[in-house]
Amino acid sequence: MISGKLLKNISICSVVLLIVAAAFIGIGCVDQEKTTTGDDTGEEVTGSQSIMIKGSDTVLPLSQAESEEFMYANPEASITVIGGGSGVGIAALIDGEVDIAMASRQIKDSEIENAQANGIDPVEYDIAWDGIAVVVNPENPVTELTFDQLKSIYDGSVSNWADVGGEDLTITVITRDSSSGTYGYFQEEVLLDEEYRADALVQPATGAIVQEVAQNTGAIGYIGYAYLDDSITALALDAGEGSVEATPENIIAGTYPLARPLHYYTDGEPTGLAKEYIDYVMSSTGQDIVSDVGYFPVN
Amino acid sequence: MLNRQLKEKGIESLLFAAGAAAVLALFLLCIFLFKDGLLLFENYPISSFLTDTKWYPTSEPEHFGLLPLLLGSLIVTVGAILFSVPLGIATAIYISELADPKISNILKPVTEILAGIPSVVYGFFGLVILVPIVQKTLQIPTGQTALTGSIMLGIMALPTIISISEDAISSVPRSIKEGSLALGSTKWQTIYKVTVPAALSGISAAVMLGVGRAIGETMTVMMVTGNSAVIPGFPSGLFAPVRTMTATIALEMGEVPQGSDHFHALFAIGSVLFITTFIINIIANYIKRRYRFNL
Amino acid sequence: MFSNAKLNEKIAFGLLKIATGMVVAFVLVILYYIVSNGYSAISIEFITEMPRSRMTEGGIYPAIVGTLYLIIGSIAVAMPLGMLAAIYLTEYSKPGKTTWAIEMAINNLAGTPSVVFGLFGLAMFVKYLGFGASILSASLTLALLILPVIIRASQEALLTVPKEYREASLALGVTKWETIRKVVLPSAIPGMITGAILSIGRVAGETAPILLTGAAYFLPRLPDSIYSQFMALPYHLYVLATSGTSIAQTRPIQYGTALILLIIVLCVNIVAVSVRSHYRKKLKR
Repeated sequence: MISGKLLKNISICSVVLLIVAAAFIGIGCVDQEKTTTGDDTGEEVTGSQSIMIKGSDTVLPLSQAESEEFMYANPEASITVIGGGSGVGIAALIDGEVDIAMASRQIKDSEIENAQANGIDPVEYDIAWDGIAVVVNPENPVTELTFDQLKSIYDGSVSNWADVGGEDLTITVITRDSSSGTYGYFQEEVLLDEEYRADALVQPATGAIVQEVAQNTGAIGYIGYAYLDDSITALALDAGEGSVEATPENIIAGTYPLARPLHYYTDGEPTGLAKEYIDYVMSSTGQDIVSDVGYFPVN
Repeated sequence: MLNRQLKEKGIESLLFAAGAAAVLALFLLCIFLFKDGLLLFENYPISSFLTDTKWYPTSEPEHFGLLPLLLGSLIVTVGAILFSVPLGIATAIYISELADPKISNILKPVTEILAGIPSVVYGFFGLVILVPIVQKTLQIPTGQTALTGSIMLGIMALPTIISISEDAISSVPRSIKEGSLALGSTKWQTIYKVTVPAALSGISAAVMLGVGRAIGETMTVMMVTGNSAVIPGFPSGLFAPVRTMTATIALEMGEVPQGSDHFHALFAIGSVLFITTFIINIIANYIKRRYRFNL
Repeated sequence: MFSNAKLNEKIAFGLLKIATGMVVAFVLVILYYIVSNGYSAISIEFITEMPRSRMTEGGIYPAIVGTLYLIIGSIAVAMPLGMLAAIYLTEYSKPGKTTWAIEMAINNLAGTPSVVFGLFGLAMFVKYLGFGASILSASLTLALLILPVIIRASQEALLTVPKEYREASLALGVTKWETIRKVVLPSAIPGMITGAILSIGRVAGETAPILLTGAAYFLPRLPDSIYSQFMALPYHLYVLATSGTSIAQTRPIQYGTALILLIIVLCVNIVAVSVRSHYRKKLKR
């Protein structure tokens, strides 16, 4: 009984805390109700009211922007967007966990086999084009690289910028982690399926690559075009047909050597909300969002 | 009367079940961890896992070499301990032996703030503030190095080391200290010849628990050490990027198809990590119990 | 000789002071950076609005709510379990193999890295029990993580109740459980609650376990059941700091998120510590 009073105080405190917490959660519910009742003009959505999209981090910002706009027009719909990498998205589709998988690479034959064994029939959509920009710090005088030079930087045979026409400075090579679609794409196109050098910095997400390149004068990395900003410089690349700058025009024209389509995969022809959503992405409104986010429309 | 006894028995069993839940939890944790970890060795020889020096989980053929990750964890931890043990013990001595009680009553909660800061906040701080500083002051190719991780982990291990060492030092009986002072020793001579040796077992337990804390830390190291899976040299490896076991799990688990060899390899890494910290804990608790002062 | 010893002492004490000063400096520097860069981002809108424009604008409301759900979920599981276990260990158990096993299990759970708990949660709750990546899986995982904290704090609280109380009650012919319920618990409860409060800070700050058991990068809606995925503050900070298309521009949001997280965790710790010291003082009297 020593602490009878204290006990009482604590109980009061916890009750107050609980009420605050509940009120706080309440704020959001009210907000949501407002938006739900306030906007009846959106397209009518049938079928499942919630879908899940999972996969490539490259496609993630696009899916996020598309779903934000789509849900603004269709307040009833709920779309969950989760990153994780292309391989994870496709694996989740194979396991029937998600409605749409996003991928920055083509589905592999082995994955199609696995899917069919599970009774899943992957259908592919090209929703946008992406350019992979090879980026360096703005203070780095190097402005272009050939594919051979790029390969030797990434496989470890070249470690100093002086060897590729720059200053005498150690190259800090940066890659994504091994499950990223961009990692696989770059390995295939630039490294010709050889190994990345073991001492490359591995960043958990593309944003972290931008960050390190922006603050490190000797760094080189590769990123989806949407992630390009003023803090870093994209190099012109030469795949054997002359040096091409990483500009939207060159990517759309198909002359920039590191450009690829971004995909959605569904199980069979999509129905319900998934179909409405994909239609929305492919519509002119949806493709405008593609440009806004920093990718390139498919048409 | 019988009813009452029955009720007492029932309650005791219920309480026992709650206590046993801890054992059950640990047991299940081992089972689930090891089960998925061992599945790796169906397709991948355990000898390669233990001796391969490469970690290329998505290549053909795959390389799941434990060594670079284990040594990466080791070098970051050693660095953290070299940094935090002297600092932590010095602070503990100051708080318990020198400082005015009023001041140590302020200092104690201040150092405990370090324990309260979430690891992702440390990682954020390290990434934004410390990484550029390390790169610029040391003039090295990148600031994402084992050293950066060691400094951050060292700071994070400080509160553990300080509070347990402080407990150990203050539990040294006053009579021993007074005896030494009465013999004409200075306060400092008493501290380093009598008090600290007497508290040594508690201090070593504190260091072991600090090691455990550092080796198991995930988010902070993942954000600041660069994650290159290469075998680090010592001490040169301190100034290069490394990848720890914990970072590998957090970095790759989200992106691994479940049930693949890669998935199981990450569980195998987790099992190694678990066994390592298990041993560290056992040693720490053994030291603590064996040499505790009986007052 | 004597002055030499004095000189040594001066130097040694100076070094000790410097070391302590460094530790305090770490605390202040970290807090200073987060607070000075973060406070301008914080507003009512910041904590009550959904993220907008791919998380480059708007607030962090769903992350705060997600963290609250995790706190409620994991405390609801771990607090009763931990308290009951502590009562067993302090009041009933006799030294022996069983008690040794329980103590050892608690010590080792306390020292197991959080990412290992994440792996376990993934294997057992997400996959084996089929809860999926969800609030439920993450809360259960975190509950295991904080179980040792709660048990230890509760044990400590129970041990501070003087033996005479129990003996007096038992001598009056009251049964053991009645004694515990009516005599021991009322004085021990504040201390036990302290343990629970302390573990709230832990739940709010952990990232690695929820990364593997259900935290989502971005959700447009609040979770609607315990089987939903969720956003949470620490993971949100991690995402903002490493992903996203414009990290430099969202820096204020990152600092703001870090500050909110820090405020929650530190407030909880301060409350716990002051409850504890208040209670200890009372008991000493």
